[in-house]
Amino acid sequence: MKSVHPYDELLRTDRIPHIWCPGCGIGTAFSSMLAAIKESALPLEDFAVVSGIGCTGRVAGYLKLDSFHTTHGRALPFATGLKLGNPRLNVVTFSGDGDLFAIGGNHFIHAARRNIDLAVFCVNNFNYGMTGGQVAPTTPYGAKTATTPMGNDEWPFNLPLLAYAVGAVYVARWTTLHVRRLTDAIREVFDRRGFRFIEILAPCPTAYGRRNRMKAPLDVLKYFEARVRVRHDADPAEAQIDLESPIVVGKFVDRKRPTFLDLWSKRYAPDEDEEVHVA
Amino acid sequence: MEGVKFWRKPLDWEMIQVTRGRVHIFEDRCKGCGYCIAYCPRDVLSFTDRFNRKGYHVPSALKEEECVNCHFCEIICPDFAIYSEEIPQPKEIEL
Ligand code: SF4
Ligand code: SF4
Repeated sequence: MKSVHPYDELLRTDRIPHIWCPGCGIGTAFSSMLAAIKESALPLEDFAVVSGIGCTGRVAGYLKLDSFHTTHGRALPFATGLKLGNPRLNVVTFSGDGDLFAIGGNHFIHAARRNIDLAVFCVNNFNYGMTGGQVAPTTPYGAKTATTPMGNDEWPFNLPLLAYAVGAVYVARWTTLHVRRLTDAIREVFDRRGFRFIEILAPCPTAYGRRNRMKAPLDVLKYFEARVRVRHDADPAEAQIDLESPIVVGKFVDRKRPTFLDLWSKRYAPDEDEEVHVA
Repeated sequence: MEGVKFWRKPLDWEMIQVTRGRVHIFEDRCKGCGYCIAYCPRDVLSFTDRFNRKGYHVPSALKEEECVNCHFCEIICPDFAIYSEEIPQPKEIEL
């Protein structure tokens, strides 16, 4: 009997196996999102998934839902346009740390500030994997990359703190080892409104792990296992990642704030179809 | 259920019903990362001398009967190469 993988209905199976390396965490993060989509029972035709460029950006090409593979760093402007053009859509952005926080950093700041109703999932693998493992704004201080062979001398972004400071209403961080909690968090995010952000720490064994004494895929997950502390409601300022301290994960922020569309429709279309815009 | 009689129904009858599962492995999709093997809570999976066509070391369900259908391997697998499904269990025993 030929059996079918339960996620195949959400995958363009003609493109599977995907191009990600053995043990690459993007596949796990992607699979968590598919599990959450299936569990949520939300209508599939309402989903629109946008990604930018980079290894994570390829998610858009593997997903059998309406998906956009946009230009580098511009996933959020595309997603913003989609949401404003058709507020009924459940717009998801799934992209990497380089795409969302280096070239796309400004878009992140402003989409969160405006509280555009978007679910944003960022796979953070601490480097630019696709182009050969260069240093990124998320590379921890001291970590080795192709362009910092002696160790990185920059401080990385603390993504949960950044997201919180610029206005995200939901901020969480999980790793690809915490697949259950990650899947639950993604499902929870689908039930919320406003700018929602989950950072997903993921192994890049080929480009990052190899240079930082974590050559085998499992080494990175063992590293997460040893270093991660789950602390819900922790102050996002304590979520800074370095090579010595524990890595704090959990749900840090879950608050309500009117979205851009709420405020816009209050001013310009106060009598229109309330359901779409009101919590 | 009609026709089923218990001499005594254990108090924890509902609780001790352990779900049983069966794993399916798509060897051609597997890239041999070993995540499913390392993190299966029941140690169902192991590497054996099996390799797939591309030369990746693939897992085998050596302790198949231990699977509790928790789906952990299914979600952690980065390659959509494994999933579990429930084996339906009879709820009550005819005496
Ligand atoms: S479903 Fe759970 S118990 Fe069964 S093989 Fe997978 S991880 Fe192990
Ligand atoms: S997690 Fe998936 S890709 Fe990795 S060894 Fe198991 S079945 Fe293969």
